[in-house]
Amino acid sequence: MCTGPHPDLFVKARLMDEDDLERTLQRMARQIVELMDPDDQSGRQFALVGMQTRGVHLAQRLKTIIGDVDDVDLALGVLDVTMYRDDVRQRLRQRVVRATRIPFDVTGRHLVLIDDVVYTGRTVRAAMDALMDIGRPASIRLLTLVDRGLRELPIRADFIGRTVPTIAGEEIRVRLSECDSQEGVWLVERRAVTPTP
Amino acid sequence: MPATQQETATQWPHRHLLGLAGCNAAEVSLILETAKEFRAVLERPIRRVPTLRGITICNLFFEPSTRTRLSFELAEKRLSADIVNFSSKGSSVSKGESLLDTARNIEAMKVDMVVVRHRSPGVPHFLGRSTRAQIINAGDGQHEHPTQALLDLFTLYEHHRDLRGLRIAIVGDIVHSRVARSNILGLRMLGAHVTVCGPPTLLPHRADALGVRVTHRLDEALEGCDVVMALRMQLERQNLSLIPSIREYHALYGIRPDHLRRNVDMLVMHPGPVNRGVELASEVVDHERSIILDQVTNGVAVRMAVLYLLATAEQRGW
Repeated sequence: MCTGPHPDLFVKARLMDEDDLERTLQRMARQIVELMDPDDQSGRQFALVGMQTRGVHLAQRLKTIIGDVDDVDLALGVLDVTMYRDDVRQRLRQRVVRATRIPFDVTGRHLVLIDDVVYTGRTVRAAMDALMDIGRPASIRLLTLVDRGLRELPIRADFIGRTVPTIAGEEIRVRLSECDSQEGVWLVERRAVTPTP
Repeated sequence: MPATQQETATQWPHRHLLGLAGCNAAEVSLILETAKEFRAVLERPIRRVPTLRGITICNLFFEPSTRTRLSFELAEKRLSADIVNFSSKGSSVSKGESLLDTARNIEAMKVDMVVVRHRSPGVPHFLGRSTRAQIINAGDGQHEHPTQALLDLFTLYEHHRDLRGLRIAIVGDIVHSRVARSNILGLRMLGAHVTVCGPPTLLPHRADALGVRVTHRLDEALEGCDVVMALRMQLERQNLSLIPSIREYHALYGIRPDHLRRNVDMLVMHPGPVNRGVELASEVVDHERSIILDQVTNGVAVRMAVLYLLATAEQRGW
């Protein structure tokens, strides 16, 4: 669920504002279009897959940009990887299973998997497994707004909005107007909560 | 399927699922919302997800069951759990082992969850107190059958956006039915109006205490009714002389094609297995407004949701 900034988070830097975000998405939309086969004018061999929750909004924005600029109506899917995670039994908070809607045949398609932040790579691993269970895509590429490093699996993003080297304890907060009260990207740090008396 | 109109919890707060009596509407909505996504998994080419890898589940059936046991087994397999099956026939129970000893032995085998059906009410509760495993009640005597009620609620949501104000008639042997009891609890929780109908010998003495309307006349129960749930007539209870004959029961309480003609929007449900020509006429079972087979498909999805929510529930030092 989308929420506003957490009161116990200390903001270290604002990495992107609304305009930066817009420019970055425009640039990444160009990169996606460049990748498409020039013979595939309608983009039927391509599809965007947004990961719950903010990846879905980013995918929708990219679809809109590509539709406006290139007049290509790309197929859009929504993916939730909760069932495929490797930590379902280890987390303290239970994850809500969200919708997965892939309204096209993934077999033979070139998919662009879209997430807001790439960190350990475990979510991307889960997403690839989930997509493989739905069909056999021709390829899967990874697009992320922020790559914060600290990978635990051999996974690399193909389209990166911004690379931000971080350390453990820091977090990247992406806020989008579709589900949040703000718009932008922040680097924050989780501080120990002082118990209220 | 539209979202349930109820407020939905985001965390499953219970260690076990012993009955709907211990749950509230937000928790029931969480199960139903989660089940929607597992229902979608069942439509994919690969109907299996790796969610419960490494978890061992024991299906402990002290009472004969085909449908519920198969449904749980399928749900467990589709979640990639490891399964052990135990049925009372030809097992240590028939050799005189006590329930507690059976439970301790199963626990010693490092089982994470136990799905249990027993002819005595309270057995799941007893196992929950005496073992470390998480317990799912798959039917305890005449007490509760929560996953059946949940799959019925899920099936209703596929056809009706909102259960508030929906009129449901439950017809048949109410007094002996754990399905009826769990359904009444669940339906009332989500705001439906429930009427129970059956011969006086098969209704509880104070059925109105359950918050339902009571009638002995089928026509009265079905008038203006959105969904009728027929209960299975336990033919093996025949020698208790609760009804004069099966033929008379069918004549007075069997749902027949003319009932569907007179109630043009009414859907028909049944927990199965159906006695054709007893609680439902054969044409009614096969009618386009019979959603009995939807119930069966949804049963797997709902049980997947229950297993997922229990297995991943926040550990609170239970």
